[in-house]
Order: sequence, then C-alpha cells, then structure tokens
Amino acid sequence: MQSFLQQAVFGIQLGSLYALIAIGYTLVYGVLRLINFAHGDVFMVGAFVCYYACTRWLPFRDLSADPAGATTNIALAVVVLIITMAVCALLGVLIERFAYRPLRNGLRIADAHFWGLVAALPVAVRLGPFSHPGVLLAWLVIGVAFGYALRPVVAWIARRSVRATSRLNALITAIGVSFVLEYGGLLVVGADPNFVPTIVPERVYVLPGGVRVGTPQLAILAISLVLMLVLRYIVTYTRRGKAMRAIAHDIEAAKLMGIDTDRVISFTFALGGALAGAGGALVAALTHVKITPLFGLLPGIKAFVAAVLGGPGSIPGAVLGGLLMGLAEAFVAGSKASAFRDAIAFCILIVLLLVRPSGLLGRHVAEKV
Amino acid sequence: MLWLLSRALGAAAVLFGLGAMSVWLTHNVETYYYLVLIQCGIAATLAVSLNLINGITGQFSIGHAGFYAVGAYVGAAWTMLWRPIFAKELPWLEIGSLPGDVANLIIALALGSLAAAITGLIVGTPSLRLRGDYLAILTLGFGEVIRVTLLNIDAVGGARGLAGIPTLASTGDLAAFWVFGLLIAVSLLTRNLMQSTRGLTWLAVREDEVASDAMGVDTTRVKVTAFVVGSTFAGASGVLYAHFFTGISQDIFGMDVSIMITTMVVLAGTGSVTGAIIAGFALTAMPEALRFLKDFKEYRMVVFSLALIIMMLTRPQGILGHAEVGFGSFVRLYQRLRLGVRRSAR
Repeated sequence: MQSFLQQAVFGIQLGSLYALIAIGYTLVYGVLRLINFAHGDVFMVGAFVCYYACTRWLPFRDLSADPAGATTNIALAVVVLIITMAVCALLGVLIERFAYRPLRNGLRIADAHFWGLVAALPVAVRLGPFSHPGVLLAWLVIGVAFGYALRPVVAWIARRSVRATSRLNALITAIGVSFVLEYGGLLVVGADPNFVPTIVPERVYVLPGGVRVGTPQLAILAISLVLMLVLRYIVTYTRRGKAMRAIAHDIEAAKLMGIDTDRVISFTFALGGALAGAGGALVAALTHVKITPLFGLLPGIKAFVAAVLGGPGSIPGAVLGGLLMGLAEAFVAGSKASAFRDAIAFCILIVLLLVRPSGLLGRHVAEKV
Repeated sequence: MLWLLSRALGAAAVLFGLGAMSVWLTHNVETYYYLVLIQCGIAATLAVSLNLINGITGQFSIGHAGFYAVGAYVGAAWTMLWRPIFAKELPWLEIGSLPGDVANLIIALALGSLAAAITGLIVGTPSLRLRGDYLAILTLGFGEVIRVTLLNIDAVGGARGLAGIPTLASTGDLAAFWVFGLLIAVSLLTRNLMQSTRGLTWLAVREDEVASDAMGVDTTRVKVTAFVVGSTFAGASGVLYAHFFTGISQDIFGMDVSIMITTMVVLAGTGSVTGAIIAGFALTAMPEALRFLKDFKEYRMVVFSLALIIMMLTRPQGILGHAEVGFGSFVRLYQRLRLGVRRSAR
C-alpha cells in the first residue's frame, strides 16, 4: 500500500508535467489540425534555458556555503521560470512563422534573413562558445550576409505556386523542424549531459502512512496547476481565447468574421511554447534529470499520446490524459516490468485508438467527403 | 514456353553477373568502400520496401526500422542460437563451406522475413484502420515498442546486442551478390505488383481511399497486405545487415533510422521505385563523403531535415513525384536539352 501511494505521488508529479506539454499539443491541434512534432524539442530548449540561467546567467548563491541565500535563490528561480517561458514562447512563434506559415501562405522574401541566421549558426559555433560577445556579433553579421545571399533562393521558392498542402506534408515539416532543433542543439551545446544543481532548498515531508513527498513535487504540482488555471482563464474569458476557439471550430468562417487568424495562431504557439518551457524548467531545476539536446523527444511523444488520450483539441482532456499517462508510467516503472516504462505510453495509445479514436473527452467528428 | 526459357536464361545471367561482380568487388575494392556499397544496397532495399507502403499505397508509416530490426534479430538468432541445435542432427547445416552457408542464409532470410511479416500483420491490422497523422504516430510508437521489446529479451543479448554473427556466404565474398540480388528482386516484385490487378487496387487506395472503397475495394485488406509485404522486405534486408556487418544491437534500429528511411522515400518522390533506390544510395553515400567534417553526424541530420522542410515547401510530391527513372528518361532529357524544348507551363 505504501509503495502504491509512493508511486502515485511520483505519477502525479510526472503527470502534471506531461499535462503541461500536452496542452501545447492540443492547443495547436485544435487550431491547425497539425501535430506539432517539434513541441517536445521546445520543452528541451526550455530545460536548457533553465540550465544556463541557473548556472551562468543569474547570480545564484551556493546553498551549501551560504544557507541564508535561500530567499534570494527562490526569487531568482521565479525569474528563471519567467525567462524560460518567454524564450520558449518566442521559439514557438518563430517555428510557426518560419516553418508552418509558409506551408499555408507561401514563403516571403523576408524569411531569407531568418534562415540565413539559422544557417550561420554552425559556422558561428566553430568560432567559439556563445558566452563570448564577439562570437554573437560574428553570428549576427554572418547571418545577415547569408540572408542576403539566400534572398534569390527564397524569391525562387516564393514564386512557385504552393500546392494545397496536405496534413501529411505539415507533419513531415514538423518532423524536420524537430530534427533541426535536436541536432542543431547537439551542434551548439554538445552531447554531454548537463545537470542543474540544487538551487532552492529541498525538504521531504513524511505523510502518515510513510509516504514521502518532497517540496520539488509540491512545487511542480502547484506551478502546473496555476499555469493551467491561467490558461483556462485566457481561453475561456479573453477575446483572444474566444478567437482561438472560433478558429478551432472553423478557420474559414473565423477569417470571414474578421479574425486575424495568423496572429491568433501565433498566439496559440506562444501559449503552447510558454507552457512547454515552464515544463522544461521545472524538470531541469526540480527533478535534476540529465538534459541533452535529444532528451525532449520521448517526453514530447508521451505528452502527445496524453493529448490524444484526452481527445485532441480538448484542454481538460489533455490534463486528464497527462495525469493518466504519468500514473501509468509510474506504476509500470515501480513494477517488475520496469524496463517497459517507455513502451507503456504506446501500448495505451494503441488500445485507445482502436477502442475510442476520438479520445476520452473528445467529440467524434464524422469525416466529410 | 519460349518466354519462360528466355526469362529463366535472363535470370541466370543476372545472377551470374551479380556473383561475378561480387567476387570482383571483394578482391579489387577497399573494404571501406565495399562496406559503404553494401550499406547503400541495404538502405535502397529498405527505401523500396517503405515506398510500397508510403508511396504506392499512400499510407504514412514512420516506424519501418522496427521490422528491419525484427528481421535482423531473427536472422541472427537462427545463425547463432538455433542453427547449432539443428546442426547436430543435420550435417548439411554446418557453416564454413559454400553450400552450408547458402543453405543457412536462405533459412535465415526465410525466417527473418516471416517474422517481420507476422510482426507487420500484428502491427498493421489494428493501426491501418486509422489514417494520416494518427497512423504515422502509431507506427512510430510500434517501432519503439518493438525496439524496447528486443532490448528486454536476454537471449539475444539485451542491451548489449549480438556480436560475432558468423559471416555466411563464404566469408563475405558474396555479400554484394545477396544484397543487390535482394534489391533487384524487391524492385522487380514491386514493379510487377504495381502493374497487376492487385497493385491497381493499391494505387486506387492511394489516389482516393473513399472512392476506391465505394468501388468495392476492400481498403483495409489492401492496406494491410501492402504493409505486410513492405515489412517482409524490410525483414529480409535486416537479415542481410546482421550477417554482413556481424553485429547488431537495438540502438542501430532506433527512431532516427526510421526517419532516415522515410526521408529517402519522401525526398525521392512517393511512389517512384527508381527514385527510392537513388535516394537510398545518395543519402547513405553522402554522409560517408562528408565524414571529414567534425560533428558530421549532427550536420548531416540538420542538413537532411532542412532539405525535408524545403522540399515540403517547394515540391511536396518529392523530386521525382510518381515518375520513374529509366533509360528512356535520359533519352528524353537529352532530346529536351538538344532541342531546347522548355517544359510546358505548369
């Protein structure tokens, strides 16, 4: 019984993280009917931003030497969370703007400059680490030069008429973006695993019955809950949220009603990115897993499974699916078949798609021919 | 009767030519280039087999490495684990001589492809009821489940994998023969299938699933058949990989391999057999040519994924689309260049 409850606590911690990522999937799927395969990598970038903020950018106190620094550190940790969410929101918007929007509307000439900066990244990495301002400057200069060089190519691509692209093309693009982020990340930060040190004091409470609950777990649960409530407020009560729901319902009709769909879609990606970034920061700072540029893939796919489990497009469904996924994984990890903890997500997905393809809370929509 | 004779003679000539080429290659080409060539052949076979599912039947499977892995593991299990049991009773199963090697490789190929086919049936029957992106994620998931399952079978080495698989076909002299023989056989089978009545139903499912359903095509059956045939071919190439590279572990059958095979099919043009072969060769040989770069694996993946994105933006149907490359297309290209005939306006 005790170990059962212990696994349940672990499962809820895991599940609230999956729920945070799954909301991003479900928001984008609801609006664009697109599986944003790169979402797990936004989560990974969030973890890295948190790592760099905690170890390099912000003046965190060393707790073992200076126990009185705890208050400063907690305040700084909030700053880290905000920075991470902002960076990941920006990343989500960039991905949408430069990879998915050209699929819908065609490529613009100005996009050349973005791709020029991306192409200059490996060159700049060769020059030295980014902590040096000169390298950053060189990257910008080379990137802008590359951008001008790329303008004719982009103009050529833009002149070609874009076919009505299928959802599969969008999925392939998303896979491409995901791999660019992963292997680009390997080029930039290297393959060595990184750990975030303990930055806020951690304590473990023993509940009656012998179940141990740590402050990191409580913090993860609380922060995810707050973020989900904020998201619910945005989607339900603001004008932007109303526009999002309108687009999810019928994008063409929403355009006709005067909604600037591209802007709202960008906003959706920003929301999803911010939540994934928060998830990444929580994982990196509070569970101390080793983070590598490839570590976002598996949580990303599991969160996607959670989104499908709850019913793609449904936000409460994503939260429910995430919690179920976390609990299932925790119980498998605590049982004899612990080697299959990564496979359980797919087993659930397979069973679910066969029994109820529209998910637990999703509505079944008949396909029109 | 005459056509049968001419076909048989032609096949014999091709086989003999392949065998001679293989022996010549082994003795006159550096081992490194030889291995790259073998790898290209295996990749091309995989691309053709996935093309059967993604290109010709119009489904979207991105978990093909799973079937490749099943074939490799079962083939290796025959040679390393089961063969010694049978060889006690049946002396002709001893390896080391040419007939024994050939017999063993054929048995391994049969078992490996059969196992991959059964896995394909188990995976395909439930998942092919879904369409599009759901199917893609589900196949990715199944590929991963297969890999994790293999990882947890202790008899085939678990996380360590199997090493020291005996190179059959008399110390690898005939490796190229087997690999390219399989490639040719798979390509011809695919071509013939596309021209048969059954293949037409496959194409019909690709073009419009609902319409072909209305015309009386059993779409689920067609899709499952294509899936099973595709996984059988992948299993066979897995057997060859295991025997010519003499070591397998689960990490060489990971998700990135699946994505690579998908990239080959998507870049070449979904539905083009020759395109898949060319892409298989090009995408396997190119990184070897780029090996002088530091961090070349990362560069390779970044370049490939950018190519994928750009391809989706400019030409979603792939470089070749459904077209095939043959002798005739070079003649047409030459004429077009000579006469200066522009392609008609799109």
